[in-house]
Amino acid sequence: MKILVAIKQVPARDSQLKIASSGLWIAEEDLTHEINEPDAYALEAGLQLKEKHGGEVVAICFGPARAGQTIREALAKGADRALHIEAEDPGAYDPLAAARLMAAALRPEAPDLVLTGLQSDDLGYGQTGPILAELLGLPHATLIMEVEKHEGGIRVKRELEDGWFQHVEMPLPALLTIQSGISKLRYATLMGIKKAKTKEVKRLSPAELGGENPAASIRLDRVYLPERVKHTQLFEGSPKEAATKLVEKLKFEARVI
Amino acid sequence: MSILIVMEQREGAWNRMSFETLAAAQQIAAELQTTASAAVLGQGLDVLAGELAGKQLEKIYLVEHELLKEYTPDAYTSALRQLLAQVKPEYVLLPHTYQVRDFLPKLATSLGTVAVSDVVAHRVDTGALVLVRQLFQGKVNSDVRFTGAAPHFASLQAGAYRADQLTEGSAAVEKFAPAIAASEVRTRPQERFRESARAVDLSTAELIVSVGRGIKEAENIALIQDLANALGAELAASRPICDAGWLPMERQVGSSGQTVGPKMYMAIGISGAIQHLVGMKGSRTIVAINKDPNAPIFEVADYGIVGDLFQVVPELIEAIKQAK
Repeated sequence: MKILVAIKQVPARDSQLKIASSGLWIAEEDLTHEINEPDAYALEAGLQLKEKHGGEVVAICFGPARAGQTIREALAKGADRALHIEAEDPGAYDPLAAARLMAAALRPEAPDLVLTGLQSDDLGYGQTGPILAELLGLPHATLIMEVEKHEGGIRVKRELEDGWFQHVEMPLPALLTIQSGISKLRYATLMGIKKAKTKEVKRLSPAELGGENPAASIRLDRVYLPERVKHTQLFEGSPKEAATKLVEKLKFEARVI
Repeated sequence: MSILIVMEQREGAWNRMSFETLAAAQQIAAELQTTASAAVLGQGLDVLAGELAGKQLEKIYLVEHELLKEYTPDAYTSALRQLLAQVKPEYVLLPHTYQVRDFLPKLATSLGTVAVSDVVAHRVDTGALVLVRQLFQGKVNSDVRFTGAAPHFASLQAGAYRADQLTEGSAAVEKFAPAIAASEVRTRPQERFRESARAVDLSTAELIVSVGRGIKEAENIALIQDLANALGAELAASRPICDAGWLPMERQVGSSGQTVGPKMYMAIGISGAIQHLVGMKGSRTIVAINKDPNAPIFEVADYGIVGDLFQVVPELIEAIKQAK
């Protein structure tokens, strides 16, 4: 089975974010970046399917040069090779424009299965998977917990709201977005890290994929820190002092102790 | 110009989030000086139409087909494309449900446009709709505008608008019969199921102490259990804790777990991603303990301590024991 996994590099989860002076994005200078956590689960699902059924796992990433580090990590974990659509201004591409580039890079690969995370931790549109499915003409399902391959297709377990699940069957090729937290993520081994250095990373430019100067259907006008809608009473001082003040409030104001 | 709301139902029961979207659409329609209509997809929808007919709407479209009885992204996309071609709305609003997340990006892409997903608020700026959505799990907000051709799609987050602010009125009901070929539908959904009966019902708990990623290790959960015991509270958690198996799934609060509304909800080491907030923001008193002063949990908290939970919680247990 040939499995393409879309991965994205995003600011590390515990980053303290500041707004850039342009007001159009966050200040990127002092941030460290890592693989988008939901995509790490998609990669893990892809690697497990390969271990079971054989074939190849290819990572595809749209991002600036620094995303090369995240791609190397995916290769070290076991992806066989990678496609890096390199652009220094990925923010100029709305989700459809970005997916068009990825679809153009994916088509010649003729994958059996395309996997993505359920959403990105930065923009969080949660759309790249289903958009890619439509562009590639593939059936899809989202929030997938398990994938079983059988003759003529796959059977997947899909998460619904409120603790419900559903199995869905579909033919291959297909696209799935993988639910986070469904398995334990593997670490790269020393051998894996060594091997990753020799694995192929094919660099592609938006121009080669016919997607430079994208038209956008939506535009980020402004980013800003949210205003507090509620007045939070914050208790300061040493941990002991803060805890004591909080308990007083819980006892005499909220009356829950 | 007009607005179309796509309501969600399954086997004749509404997804109640649809009514929040309906209320939002009525407000936005008033602000844009236009009208709103609603559509619902399925088979045998007459009873549901009755409930809608009492709302202030231009029209109600019952989109009925045998292949819409059970949801599939292919059939829903096909049916909605046909409806949109006839109705030609400027804006299409939907509740941000798991189902909408599954088909809306596909539908928008098939029309060459992008949906704005997970909207929390809006404003009208010189006749154009500006939508507010969250980035970075709620740490940052953004204003988004549509720059392409109509229809403009947006899905609205649970709890962003209030269903009790619906305006009553009357609406004409119209049936719409899309043409859908069985061969268009490539996925075959099976019966829905639940993994196991829930032994813990957090929805009736008076006090809840809830733990998140900040707890770092499974062994540290014991500290939060001690705090819950001291308060006489139920222990709950955000999703990552249950995914990791540190607490059972039935103790999960949030969009994929339980929705709770206790007298007090104490969130320890929980940043407050929206998937968690929707499950607990109805709590009467919310307490947050987190090391990040910008964590979105403080947006909804009444009381807060910015600090290291491993230092604060032991002191808190001590103070509670003394206060009792």
